[in-house]
Amino acid sequence: MSSIGLLIILTVYLGVLFFIAHWAEKKGNSKWTVNPYIYTLSLAVYCTAWTYYGSIGLAAQSGLSYITIYLGPIIIIPSWIVILKKIIRISRVNKISSIADFISLRYGNSRFLGAIVTVVALFAILPYIALQLKAIAETFHVVTQTTTSRYIFDDTTTYVAIALALFSSYYGTRYVDASEKRKGIVTAVAMESVLKLVFFVIIGLYVTYVVFDGFGDIYQKASVLEHFKEKSTIGGLPEVINWFFLCILSMFAIFLLPRQFQVAVIENNRENHVNKAIWLFPLYLLLFNIFVYPIAWGGNIIFQHHPVNSDLYSLLIPQFFDNKVMTVMVFLGGFSAAISMIVVSSIGLSTMVTNNVLIPYNLLGKLKSKEQTISSKTIVNSRKIGIFSLIIIAYLLYRFFGLDYSLVSIGLIAFVIIAQLAPAFFGALFWRRGSRLGAVYGILIGFAICLYTLLIPYAIGISNSQSTFISDGWLGYRLLKPFQLFGLDYLQPVPHALFWSLLFNTIAYFAISVSFKGNYRERNYAEMFIDINKYSTNHENAFVWKGTAYTSDIEKVLIRFLGEERTKRAMNIFNLKYNVDKDQELADARLVKFSENLLTGHIGTASARILISSVVKEEKITLPEVLKILEESKENIIINKKLTETSKELKEITAKLQDANKSLVQKDQQKDEFLDTVTHELRTPITAIRAASEILYDDDDIPEALRKQFLQNIISESDRLNRLIDKILDLEKFETGKQTLHPTLNDLVKTIENAVEPLQQLIRNKKITVHIESKDKVMAYYDEDRIVQVLTNLISNAIKFCPEEEGLITIQVTEKDDFIQTSVHDNGKGIPADDYEIIFDKFYQSMNQNIKKPVGSGLGLAICKQIVEHHKGKIWVQPAVKGACIAFTLPKKPEYI
Amino acid sequence: MKKILIVDDEPNIVMSLEYTFKKNNFEVFIARDGQEALDILKSTFPDVIILDVMMPMVDGYATLEQIKNDSYLKHTKVIFLSAKNKESDIEKGMALGADAYLTKPFSVKKIVEQVNELL
Repeated sequence: MSSIGLLIILTVYLGVLFFIAHWAEKKGNSKWTVNPYIYTLSLAVYCTAWTYYGSIGLAAQSGLSYITIYLGPIIIIPSWIVILKKIIRISRVNKISSIADFISLRYGNSRFLGAIVTVVALFAILPYIALQLKAIAETFHVVTQTTTSRYIFDDTTTYVAIALALFSSYYGTRYVDASEKRKGIVTAVAMESVLKLVFFVIIGLYVTYVVFDGFGDIYQKASVLEHFKEKSTIGGLPEVINWFFLCILSMFAIFLLPRQFQVAVIENNRENHVNKAIWLFPLYLLLFNIFVYPIAWGGNIIFQHHPVNSDLYSLLIPQFFDNKVMTVMVFLGGFSAAISMIVVSSIGLSTMVTNNVLIPYNLLGKLKSKEQTISSKTIVNSRKIGIFSLIIIAYLLYRFFGLDYSLVSIGLIAFVIIAQLAPAFFGALFWRRGSRLGAVYGILIGFAICLYTLLIPYAIGISNSQSTFISDGWLGYRLLKPFQLFGLDYLQPVPHALFWSLLFNTIAYFAISVSFKGNYRERNYAEMFIDINKYSTNHENAFVWKGTAYTSDIEKVLIRFLGEERTKRAMNIFNLKYNVDKDQELADARLVKFSENLLTGHIGTASARILISSVVKEEKITLPEVLKILEESKENIIINKKLTETSKELKEITAKLQDANKSLVQKDQQKDEFLDTVTHELRTPITAIRAASEILYDDDDIPEALRKQFLQNIISESDRLNRLIDKILDLEKFETGKQTLHPTLNDLVKTIENAVEPLQQLIRNKKITVHIESKDKVMAYYDEDRIVQVLTNLISNAIKFCPEEEGLITIQVTEKDDFIQTSVHDNGKGIPADDYEIIFDKFYQSMNQNIKKPVGSGLGLAICKQIVEHHKGKIWVQPAVKGACIAFTLPKKPEYI
Repeated sequence: MKKILIVDDEPNIVMSLEYTFKKNNFEVFIARDGQEALDILKSTFPDVIILDVMMPMVDGYATLEQIKNDSYLKHTKVIFLSAKNKESDIEKGMALGADAYLTKPFSVKKIVEQVNELL
């Protein structure tokens, strides 16, 4: 393939990426750019050219150990649901924009620590970026079958690097606030993650099924090759230990690599996207690894007689078979893997360099001087230049130092260096006592050991000098041999370096943290980091600060960075949130923290702190004071909680009182209504009697039949009047407790029969079937006459409501442990659920005064209720599918009565 | 012949009223609740209505309101006849636009007089 052809393809490809980034930026918060899938795919920036090419090389040369790099993350990822969410929350609340910010903020806004973290990250990541550029350049030359030009400006790959640098610096710095989300970049990276996976799977399928005849075929042919067996097993105990350390290493990397921190934490839009990522991302890693082994061994088989760089098998195999399309696809996949790493890493690094080194150590002096107005543009530009120069420096690194080691070994060195942040980082999340000094010395010592056991020997290796440093140790001390420090000789260089560096790093971190107490700031942030859930909505409250500050001074600083309008808006939000008067002259701790936060996104935590403290007068606070204040604020939170609870209780009590009052008023009203209804009910028969009598008295020529009818009316209305009076008196007796029961031992079945008997005429008239479901005999103590009254009432109601055709009444008696339940169920139109309670009220139609409900006198069920309750039983409406069902209970034992 | 509509859910009271008004040369219609009354009203257009207040389904007050809202019916004379005899009940009935409010128990003679007076 010609260089021009491939360049055109690359240009088109980069054009598509630019377009996607541009489109996603424009889309803003749409569901296309903010969703758990984009988030998961962006995490796959973990898979770089190292995965794409290096894994194959490693698998071809030393077997299975490449898997550890993916095994570590897969093992640790489930813990994200707690740990990563916590990190995300801390970072969001504090507007953190890089891992350097994260660590330096926790250890008391330490400028020095932030700078150290940045330097460590630079040492780890710059060669790593260089490596990606190297991969791009080398594969470019492989595909075009050209060689690297000796003159840098004659080499096409130089221009590819420049294009990349421009792309990243343009899209990586759209916002001054570095904690803002870069949707364009993230979407482009997600897109690339899809491409690299798809292309890798395609080449895997090609090698396995087109070039060879399936996995079995490769296995068979590979198994006759030299060293196959030992490369396809883990090996002895030392190997297991090596594996173990490599897993640990990659576990740390997935948290600490600046590009992972960038995509997993800074670019995270919603915490709950993590939920999906914890299973989708491991799945992605697994998919990526399926074909590594077949391709590696396929390559070993094909190229067994003319050795080539095994890192490049995936390109060389299709090229060997002259498959141009496949070759270009593989190249583009590798290109995607490389540039997403380059772009994201350079953004992360550049933010760190500007916010943690350049601004706090250099620009800050200028920022502080009042006459100098530093615009956001300056900050953005410095970051732009940062990204651009980082990529160019990395490219130069590759050009001038060659980086002859395989992709994997440089990648692993980066992992070991970055792992030095682990004690300080995880300590920040879980250990209150962790102090700034401990973190600083831990990282420095760990880094020094890395230098000694990895970087220096490797640099000597590159320079090919005849030094005896590696074989005999420093100054000839054998115990100081860089690869067998203190005689530890069974570990490979990388696990070996990890073991010693991390061991001393951790010891230093713990020992110094325990021996020297940190200052109050550290302790303050320790509290806020560890208990982030408590403070996430009002973290300004958790900030301890004492001193004098004027709101106007702070505002002036803010205006210089945010501009007049944004400052005003931010202050408004603050005043609203904490209910602060906007003319408040003196600023409090909350405002100090709030404005530090506002600046943090722009210039990093350390600079924000320094800048704000330049306009306020802070008083020193001793550690015990901080602890006291924190304790108080904790207590305050508890007291607040208690207060809320108490006021809740008060509210409940008030509501109860209101209810009680209401029911009293209601009872009063009910009493009035009862009287009203009683008089109405009494007057109705009297009215009928009076009218009939008047007619009979005045009118002598009434026909005989009619006369008799009027007289009959008078008789029945008189009876009605009498019944009504009886019922009212009955009810009154029960209500005032004058009614006494005479319970005897009775058979309830007999009692039911006694109640049904007088109603037989009515039942026959309406052709109703009455069904009694019961044992033969159910004995209980009760006043039989009264229970007959209850049953008569219920059964008469049932008869009244049964339909004209096929009426059915079911009376059911069931024995429970210590009571008997009787229910009367008809198949009429049923009782509306709203009326379940009130049908037992006297004259229950009185709820709506003028509308009568057809239930006779309106006292029957009220009396039933009194009788049942005097027997210590209960009566209620049983919800039924069809018809009305009223049930009541009677206790079995007499002592209940 | 004048037409009268008697609306009450108590059959024995209705019977007395029916007999009395027939005897006094009225054409008598009977309804047992407000809804039935409104149905009958629309086909018969009586001259006067005797209306009970407490009835099942639609009460007397609601019935009167509907009568007053109907341009064909609103001039019909309406007499409330109720066992609710408190001042407030009477005021409420009159306020709704009834022409008279008589209380139960009543004298049949007086009712006839009242009706004749209204017509």
